[in-house]
Amino acid sequence: MSMEFLMATGIGALTVAGIYLILLRRTFPVVVGLSFLSYAVNVFLFTMGRLAIDLPPIVSAGAAGYTDPLPQALVLTAIVITFGMTALIVVLSLRTFLETGSDDVTLAARSDDELPSAHRDEAVR
Amino acid sequence: MMNHWLIIPVAVPAMTAALLVLAMRHSLNGQRILSLVATTLQFAAAVGLYVFAGDGETRAYLLGNWPAPFGIVLVLDRLAATMLLLTNLLAFGVVIAAIGDWDKRGRHFHALFQFQLLGINGAFLTGDLFNLFVFFEVLLIASYGLMLHGGGARRLKAGFHYIAINLIGSTVFLFAVGAIYAVTGTLNMADLAMKVPQVTPANEALLSAGALLLLTVFAIKSAMVPLHWWLPPTYGSTSPPAAALFAIMTKVGVYSIIRVYALIFGADAGPLAGIATPWILPAGILTLVLGTIGVLAARSLLDLACYSLIASMGTLLMAVGLTTAAGLAAAIYYAIQSTIVSAALFLLAGLLVQDGKGQTRLVRIPQPATLFAGFYFLLAIAMVGMPPMAGFIGKLLILEAGRAASYTTAVWTAMLVTSLLLIVGFARAGIRTFWRSPRAALSARRVPMRPILVIAAMIAAVAALSLLAGPVMDDLVATAEQILAPQRYIATVLRPRLASDLAGE
Repeated sequence: MSMEFLMATGIGALTVAGIYLILLRRTFPVVVGLSFLSYAVNVFLFTMGRLAIDLPPIVSAGAAGYTDPLPQALVLTAIVITFGMTALIVVLSLRTFLETGSDDVTLAARSDDELPSAHRDEAVR
Repeated sequence: MMNHWLIIPVAVPAMTAALLVLAMRHSLNGQRILSLVATTLQFAAAVGLYVFAGDGETRAYLLGNWPAPFGIVLVLDRLAATMLLLTNLLAFGVVIAAIGDWDKRGRHFHALFQFQLLGINGAFLTGDLFNLFVFFEVLLIASYGLMLHGGGARRLKAGFHYIAINLIGSTVFLFAVGAIYAVTGTLNMADLAMKVPQVTPANEALLSAGALLLLTVFAIKSAMVPLHWWLPPTYGSTSPPAAALFAIMTKVGVYSIIRVYALIFGADAGPLAGIATPWILPAGILTLVLGTIGVLAARSLLDLACYSLIASMGTLLMAVGLTTAAGLAAAIYYAIQSTIVSAALFLLAGLLVQDGKGQTRLVRIPQPATLFAGFYFLLAIAMVGMPPMAGFIGKLLILEAGRAASYTTAVWTAMLVTSLLLIVGFARAGIRTFWRSPRAALSARRVPMRPILVIAAMIAAVAALSLLAGPVMDDLVATAEQILAPQRYIATVLRPRLASDLAGE
């Protein structure tokens, strides 16, 4: 099996797992799913510079050819950003769990936000 | 000689925010002064850049003086300058409204505010697709912090939704960038505009996949149906000054749509010319209709503000979808007024509802009630587009552009029917909020003075926009023509020396 096939199925599997987990209704699977999706995109970006073996990304004397260095820089930036984002959303879900006692992601309908009608004035504090 | 003013809207907030976090942590008053000074400075710079861009010339700023397709480039043209001016005008108002009230209900408000400005200003100025991603991330990270400012269970839950949808959006952005890079080998927007027409038939599919994935990302940012549903819980749960500043964030999405699909996938893009055009107009009409239904169903003033923002985004996208110079000029005019009106509406709703940690219980109308009812009335007629406010002129221009672009039936029906329904929705909410039994209105609640002044100034700004519609539209028509003729932009970015020689002749 070629390397291209392996990379493509790997990216596909990561994406599928990520999307499935994001669709669940608890915070932990959603966070893990987002991580999977970001791994998938990192590998995807990396392969976008074409797959090459044993080629240097920076100028060196006597190199037969070069691999594209730009996707590697892009992946590095993307990793840093998604790492920070994942840390943020982990802390946020933990904080939400501690404040509400539930890790359910659904947003309950508000009960106290009616526009006041003539009969509801007494309810307004 | 490069024009170093271009870096100011990016450099000033970056340095200010770092200083606020590191050196001013313990002094709220110091933070306020520094933040106010920095915002004033950015506003002055935005005015200066608008004057620069007014000569119709496009200016490029090469960071580190690396030549364009290889280095990072900032580009100033009329569109970028207009959006910068709007952003920093809004920011100036919001920072004044937040001082003394909201900025002490949590930590680091001003630092987050400056980071947010850094992201927005950068997104408007950048000439590079990957840097657009980076500035999107900067403005999003700051907006997560601002959105959660003040804390509370409901805000945290809504914040989780907001962060999750935007993380997915960022991932999709990276997929799109990767696909475009794989085909063209560049991410500089001007260079892309040169490379996209030369795409081989074998690579066409991958490139159009990338282009349309990019549209999905911008659709999330600009609350385009069916990707609009994150907006009401987010903006409705956050603090009013943050929501007021967020009114510009949806415009960042529309700006990106205009920039990318006029410059890179515009009329000259060969097989991929106008790839997004069939989607934007119908999606805009749907957004307008769904936003209007939301306004009719709104159960609180904040919901009303959120859904009217979605409806205004629909109007805006509809005008952008016409892809004519008249449509674009009308869209930018409408964007300016709807941003200011939405922001003022959020600030007003924030004064009328009590913050129970992200809850939106309506409190008794503070005295003098007439003042607040008057504000609401003026903002409502501006939002639904009735004379004499600028919303009327904006909608009129869009109707006219729709007729000229021979989309009369769709645009006129959508616009006129939804405007009527918006009037009904706003009138109903106003009656139920302000026309209550006098007993309930008797309450001496102190409201902070600054937000009231800011709302009054914003209403005055919209009225001025209406009075000065003639000269403003002259500028905006020139802007739209510049957007639709990107050759100058490309030449400026890729051959700065040559372009400056040409200009010197």
